[in-house]
Amino acid sequence: MAAVATCGTGAGSTGSIAAAASKNNVTSFQRKGPRASGTDSGCSRLVSIAGTRPSVRNGQLLVSTGLPALDQLLGGGLAVGTVLLIEEDKYNIYSSLVFKYFLAEGIINGHTLLVASVKEDPADILQELPAPLLDDNCKKDFDEDVCNDKTPDSNIKMKIAWRYQLLPKMESGPVSSSRFGHYYDASKRMPQELIEASKWHGFFFPEKLSSTNIESCSLTHGYRKLLQFIQNVIYEEGFDGSSPQKKQKNILRIGIQSLGSPLWGDDICCTENCDNSHSLTKFLYVLRGLLRTSLSACIITMPTHLIQNKAVIARVTNLSDTVVGLESFIGSERETNPLYKDYHGLIHIRQIPRLNNLIYDVSDVKDLAFKLKRKLFTIEGSYCIFVLTAAKARELQQGSSHVIL
Amino acid sequence: MFPELNNLLNTTPDRAEQGKLTLLCDAKTDGSFLVHHFLSFYLKANCKVCFVALIQSFSHYNIVGQKLGVSLTAARESGQLVFLEGLKSSVDVFFRAQAAPHPLQFLREADAGNLQPLYEFVREALKPVGDGQAAWRCPVLLVDDLSVLLSLGLGAVAVLDFVHYCRVAVCWERKGNIVALVHDSGDAEDEENDILLNGLSHQSHLILRAEGLATGFCRDVHGQLRVLWRTPSQPAAQRDRSLTYQYKIQDKSVSFFAKGMSPAVL
Repeated sequence: MAAVATCGTGAGSTGSIAAAASKNNVTSFQRKGPRASGTDSGCSRLVSIAGTRPSVRNGQLLVSTGLPALDQLLGGGLAVGTVLLIEEDKYNIYSSLVFKYFLAEGIINGHTLLVASVKEDPADILQELPAPLLDDNCKKDFDEDVCNDKTPDSNIKMKIAWRYQLLPKMESGPVSSSRFGHYYDASKRMPQELIEASKWHGFFFPEKLSSTNIESCSLTHGYRKLLQFIQNVIYEEGFDGSSPQKKQKNILRIGIQSLGSPLWGDDICCTENCDNSHSLTKFLYVLRGLLRTSLSACIITMPTHLIQNKAVIARVTNLSDTVVGLESFIGSERETNPLYKDYHGLIHIRQIPRLNNLIYDVSDVKDLAFKLKRKLFTIEGSYCIFVLTAAKARELQQGSSHVIL
Repeated sequence: MFPELNNLLNTTPDRAEQGKLTLLCDAKTDGSFLVHHFLSFYLKANCKVCFVALIQSFSHYNIVGQKLGVSLTAARESGQLVFLEGLKSSVDVFFRAQAAPHPLQFLREADAGNLQPLYEFVREALKPVGDGQAAWRCPVLLVDDLSVLLSLGLGAVAVLDFVHYCRVAVCWERKGNIVALVHDSGDAEDEENDILLNGLSHQSHLILRAEGLATGFCRDVHGQLRVLWRTPSQPAAQRDRSLTYQYKIQDKSVSFFAKGMSPAVL
């Protein structure tokens, strides 16, 4: 086999990949491809896929997660061929929203979707996707949102702790020329014609229950069927380069909701010592194998707060590439805490992969909080929250009006 | 390979030791840079390497290897490197019934299997070739990593058996080396993983343990590396030598310094 093209420096190269299907069903990429090993074709067809861009650091092909703020934290976006695991918040409100943003981004970019769910029919999930903010309306609406946000005392708060005002916000407003990462209006639905124009596959587990069982391995029935379904879609639509695609190359966005919940037939959330404790981890491993050998990116939401065995959570984290945890303030004591009134929850970046590299992009700010406005999902560093928390607590305790910092 | 790490371990590719089991361990951080180091080190030392890569794909190691000065594709073509790509092979094994026993056969089995097919694969890969081919130096088995085998349905005892068989075949019979990475789950109470880690720690000659800093994230110091030289067969009266360094990972190398002596602090 010929050697893979040498890397060189990443700057200045365009977002392009060249793929040629060879006899052994191996996709070959010219340098930008994430996970393919294979030959380098003599003539390089520079094909760029809509909705992707190469990473600045290592030329990895990236797709947007649908939340530009999250893209920035993950080093530019989600790498093609990897898994983004979202640890669900307690009532699955914000994680299902992040899930929908991911799918909506796929529809806007023309990617193929694969939606797997146990609770809701995938067709219903697609009906609930947020509407995209298109360039002409969005600037006006965004300014509206920002004005409502600025309260008169926000500047006064920063008089003493003025250094915190210099903390960067995680994103800027919608740029009119941005084609990577779009903004969505959470209060409106995606237009029906966009959904119908898109290509999607749905896997609704209760419908697949009735089919006959294949040979048993240690995977739960639901996981096995889902893996089979994903592999069929990848193979038949040629995402792994097995059949040369006549049309333009495309990305497959896979979304799996509430993996690990008892509705999938897995008892990992029910007991601490479950019978089939390897089912979920084996599923993740084979899924990652499928993703690495195809042009796809996957988002999985998992109710990790229900998993009682901490070892399983550690293993699941090691088997995923990017892990983000969401913790919402709903129902917790922080909801009424005046210092958290601007935010809806905390976001924990638990793991970021080092792909094709020894180092990775990591944000300096570790305490991050998110806020969902109607048209914007912002993520900000919450340094000042914790400093002011201590001061406020002391003030309340002593009953004095001095704020100690 | 990282020249500073070679200095710490007091080795060079020309003078690589033989018959050793090196355990790489990481706790609360990513120790994969050690795997890249040993892979490029043994390839430069002209050893025949069998790399069981269960976590990442070939192109990932290849691209990092190029930064460290070795070409994995060239090594694979010349026969110096035998590469088992776990992720790609798992898809083949899982969806299609294989005629011959596949090294990752345990993925198809319902109950806890054993790693005999994988051991056969390793032994076959590292067996001495006949004359007419370039003679490599000692054979080396590199595994990244062993903890994932526990997630795939195998028990800690099965993995320890596999390492034991490989030690006999590689370290003792062929005077080669074994390097394996195991994650330390810390307070996640993963009993199987602890059994595996403790069992391997007792058998290894050299333990490299990458830990995150106790004080949390730091931009200039990425972690701490503890090096422990052991002699498993000697009685415990002889003290094992241990050193601790802190490190910072850069784009193409890793710099090591004594604790508290990071250039950013001084």
